[in-house]
Amino acid sequence: MRPILEVKDLSVSFDVFGGEVQAIRGVNFTVNEGEAVAIVGESGSGKSVTAQTVMRLIATPPGRIKNGSIMFNGRDLLSLSEKEMRKVRGNEIGMIFQDPMTSLNPTMTIGSQITEGLVKHQKLSHSAAKTRAIELLKMVGIPNPEVRLKQYPHNFSGGMRQRVMIAIALACNPALLIADEPTTALDVTIQAQIMELMKDLQKQMNTSIILITHDLGVVADVCDRVIVMYAGQVVETGTIKEIFRNPQHPYTKGLLKSLPRLNQSKDEPLIPIHGTPPDLIKPPQGCGFCSRCEDAMRICATEAPEVTTISETQMVRCWLQDPRAAKGAGMGKEESA
Amino acid sequence: MSQEMNVNVTPGAGSNPFEKIGRDQNGGERIVRKSLTAWQNIRRNLYENKLSMVGLYFIIAIALMAIFAPWVTGLITGYNYFANELANANQPPSWAHWFGTDDLGRDMWVRTWKGAQISLFVGIAAALIDLVIGIVYGGIMGYFGGKVDETMNRIAEILYAIPYLLVVILLMVVMPQSLTTIIVAMSITGWINMAWIVRGEIMRLKNQEYALASKALGAGSMRIIFRHLIPNAMGPILVTLTLTIPGAMFTEAFLSFLGMGVKSPVASWGTMIDNGRQAMTTYPWRIMFPALFLAVSMFALNVFGDGLRDAFDPKMKK
Repeated sequence: MRPILEVKDLSVSFDVFGGEVQAIRGVNFTVNEGEAVAIVGESGSGKSVTAQTVMRLIATPPGRIKNGSIMFNGRDLLSLSEKEMRKVRGNEIGMIFQDPMTSLNPTMTIGSQITEGLVKHQKLSHSAAKTRAIELLKMVGIPNPEVRLKQYPHNFSGGMRQRVMIAIALACNPALLIADEPTTALDVTIQAQIMELMKDLQKQMNTSIILITHDLGVVADVCDRVIVMYAGQVVETGTIKEIFRNPQHPYTKGLLKSLPRLNQSKDEPLIPIHGTPPDLIKPPQGCGFCSRCEDAMRICATEAPEVTTISETQMVRCWLQDPRAAKGAGMGKEESA
Repeated sequence: MSQEMNVNVTPGAGSNPFEKIGRDQNGGERIVRKSLTAWQNIRRNLYENKLSMVGLYFIIAIALMAIFAPWVTGLITGYNYFANELANANQPPSWAHWFGTDDLGRDMWVRTWKGAQISLFVGIAAALIDLVIGIVYGGIMGYFGGKVDETMNRIAEILYAIPYLLVVILLMVVMPQSLTTIIVAMSITGWINMAWIVRGEIMRLKNQEYALASKALGAGSMRIIFRHLIPNAMGPILVTLTLTIPGAMFTEAFLSFLGMGVKSPVASWGTMIDNGRQAMTTYPWRIMFPALFLAVSMFALNVFGDGLRDAFDPKMKK
């Protein structure tokens, strides 16, 4: 599989009144052709900033891309001019936003919002763009597309609007689709429909997907690989199987433990991760998760852990992987708890 | 069996009410409800506001009269707004001259409607110039923010700080006394209010998710401002526009009253009021009619503007 997106050493900061918020601190990941990758993590872990940086959508100032590179199909997106970047957005990389209720322009018909990108990027005539828009609406499962085309966003329900957003994002056949929490604002039955739709479309069009979410249930269903982010860093990556069956980082384990399971007895409480993530205006010296980690060691507080390779696909950033970490002691502690 | 008897079953295929026909061809997806656009909603809100509808009817009536009355009267009676007829000077209202005549014997009815033409033209032209400059300037100021906003805003503030009458008088020195001069004079500083309103709206709207979504689709700044944000700010813009028109009309009347308006024999309500003021006690109709129409149209436009604001913003309704 050919890598389509390679993010290397990406650091992004925001200059705010109190100082510099280091939202992303040295993030590395790749997305291969036709692959669906999930980025998970709690609020403030840098998921959305990563996605918006790939699209170069963060406002500068206050945002600042400190270093790193984003290679997309052999080009470094960070070195492109704004004009060149405009040709990438929507045409080569599509994006779906969290809240379909506010992501559509209330004063434009659905049709003109879908055709806007087609006319601009693909240089289609208006009638050709309209035909394509009808096709797209059919594809995302909106009945009566000819009538719907002339309607305004307020004539659509939330789930329908997210379908329209997907149609807009996929209009130009982008090689990569970034979905920033596409189902968070929808109710559960609609969530399932939307995820199903995205899965189908991905297979049909062989689009790569970056799915940003904090819902691990959604991830297991749709994605091939998972990137776990915490405090602006990638703490663990691996295939779905590896992350769900053999998580290595205490944070990943914590996330999985906090999920309800079907075979769980109903009296058994869910185990939350205690505490809150660190304020990135002054990131901790050692591991970001240290203060919340059950297995924290002395070194975790003082030195940042390096990346350990578990398998060809699984990597983790944790001191517990170090051969010097007393594995016996860690196990013993878990048993006594 | 007895149930079957109750239904009127006639033999032959297709007429059996219990024949299976299956699912609807459309898959049960039918759009039954008429879909209202935002404009239809606003129109409906406006219709419900009786007072502002009366205002609107007045404006339409005055506009129609302004366009047709001088011409039709000219065809029937031969009166026009400029021909002197000194023998008939200062006639009170009569069947021959409905609104009387002025000091040069010109028919006041024709002159009043001619004046309406000029007044409405000045009002609408000045408001439209304000609109265009204000939207472009305010849109750019609001969208880019930061240093661009800072600089452009300072320039606007400096212009706003210059006494308005001073600008007009200075302009009158340089330019000929004409309609164009009045409109230019009003537009020099008039657009600033519109620009500030647009700026505020754009600043509010640019953080909306659809602006970001449109940027993520590859739209440039100008496209986002003028295609996505300005249409969403149309409510406040239109309201400001309708309230600018009476303001501009009033300013024109005021300038004419000070002797800086259009030159005789061209009439505007302002020059007519100024002219009538000189003989207010002896020939009151000379000031009464233009003053009455100025006041009525001013009132009608303001009432309509208020109604429009309520129609755009349902939250403002009591």
